Amino acid sequence: MQALTKRVKAVHRKPMSFAEKLYLPAIFKGMMITLGHAFKKRPTVNYPEVKRPFSPVFRGMQILNRDAEGRENCTACGLCAVACPAEAITMEAAERQPGEEHLYREEKYAAKYEINMLRCIFCGLCEEACPKDAIYLSETFAPADYKRKQFVYNKSELLIPNPKEDPEAYKKALGNRAIPTTNSLDQQ
Amino acid sequence: MTTVLLNIDLALVLEKFALILIVVMGSLGVAMYATWGERKFAALLQDRRGPSKAGPFGLLQPLADGLKLFFKEEIIPNFSSKFLFILGPGLAMLTAVMTSAVVPWGDKVHLFDRDISLQIADINIGILYVFGVVSLGVYGIMIGSWASNNKFSLLGGLRAASQIISYELAMGISLIALLMITGTLSLKEIVEQQQTGAWGGFWGWNFWKQPLGFLIFLICAFAECNRAPFDLAEAENELIGGYHTEYSSMKLGFYLFAEYINMFISSVIISTLFFGGYDIPFFNEAAHADWGNWLALLGVGALMTKAILFILFFMWVRWTIPRFRYDQLMHLGWKILIPLALFNMLATGGAILYFFNK
Repeated sequence: MQALTKRVKAVHRKPMSFAEKLYLPAIFKGMMITLGHAFKKRPTVNYPEVKRPFSPVFRGMQILNRDAEGRENCTACGLCAVACPAEAITMEAAERQPGEEHLYREEKYAAKYEINMLRCIFCGLCEEACPKDAIYLSETFAPADYKRKQFVYNKSELLIPNPKEDPEAYKKALGNRAIPTTNSLDQQ
Repeated sequence: MTTVLLNIDLALVLEKFALILIVVMGSLGVAMYATWGERKFAALLQDRRGPSKAGPFGLLQPLADGLKLFFKEEIIPNFSSKFLFILGPGLAMLTAVMTSAVVPWGDKVHLFDRDISLQIADINIGILYVFGVVSLGVYGIMIGSWASNNKFSLLGGLRAASQIISYELAMGISLIALLMITGTLSLKEIVEQQQTGAWGGFWGWNFWKQPLGFLIFLICAFAECNRAPFDLAEAENELIGGYHTEYSSMKLGFYLFAEYINMFISSVIISTLFFGGYDIPFFNEAAHADWGNWLALLGVGALMTKAILFILFFMWVRWTIPRFRYDQLMHLGWKILIPLALFNMLATGGAILYFFNK
């Protein structure tokens, strides 16, 4: 029969030799292969105990930043919400009252700031849009949960720990990616 | 005047009872950790890690598995015959454990001014007993599969029955050759014969006299235990678990557990018949008779080591060789192993007649 393509390969179906018919040498060969694997290095990482480092450009869960005084950077300008392609960010602005200067860096702040982690695609556009270095994507990710409702993260869950009250936790949450905010505003 | 109707040696009864308890619990324990070992060994061969979360090295995993099985909902199908459905796994377990009764686990131990033989029953037809009980084991599978009233289960049961019948023949014939050499059916005597070879018994092992018989026996043991590559009875991807498709909870656990006990017992039987049983290789037991109980315990250790090596071998084969097709299984059993076993028997008989009949 004429071959349909040029890639046809003829298979030689010659009868098996006696050694092949015994099967035992082939079985022995196979057993040696599996035994060889017993002495190979296992690629598995013991996940919860051992964590592989993320790449430096990893984009994880958002964090709302504070400056070195422990004041919130966010001014609730809404640029992040506009930039967000998944429309995951909602916020409500409020005016800073006298006596709240140690809480908020500027006159306007976010009274409510929510990110729906089920909508978020971790693109990092909010971080790029923010003029105040107030939001950035950290090296952690949102943990699993049982209810949809719990994936809407509010301000208390997103805010970085206060550097004045808990400097260690602040440093840990800051990670390697965020640039600690300089108090440029104060110097002006 | 008191008449003694039955002169029962109460100490003997207690001794045997304790021995039965230890052996049954021991084989259950070994079977339990064989499941852990199986998973760890499979992981080792497949570049994985295996169970590692429950306890150090995952050593508590079998306990967790057993607990899980106990807590599972127990489902008895409406259309099943209830009595047989429950009888099935019970029979499988019973026959699996019963085999251990004639195994000589070690030499005598001297305790409480008594010589205690580390064998529950030294009956002079030991091997026949083993064969009888092992063939009863298939009833557990057959009854369970038939009572399930499920096509897949029934197919699994049929496969198991035909497979065990086919391979039992070759197994029996391969053993006849061995029995012609030993001249006895008692497992204890077979072990004692093997202890008297050169190099502390090592060259006296029946393996050197019957390599072909050992190979046939080993292959048939795989088939009798329903282990891969002969696990057609449960064949997950064609029969959804085969005979235990309808089983749940600890009844399923019994079936799975019985398989591991069977594996352990057949490893012990293979070690006893072909590898000197409780004989310690390269070590002359007779010259160290003054070690007493320690020597007997060392012998038990030797037997257990051999058995565990065989269990590891069983696992190694399982994770290497793919499952046979049904016709291939029958072809191997009837057309290769039985003629081979017959040839082995004739050759052994001829050699005995020609060389040793003086």
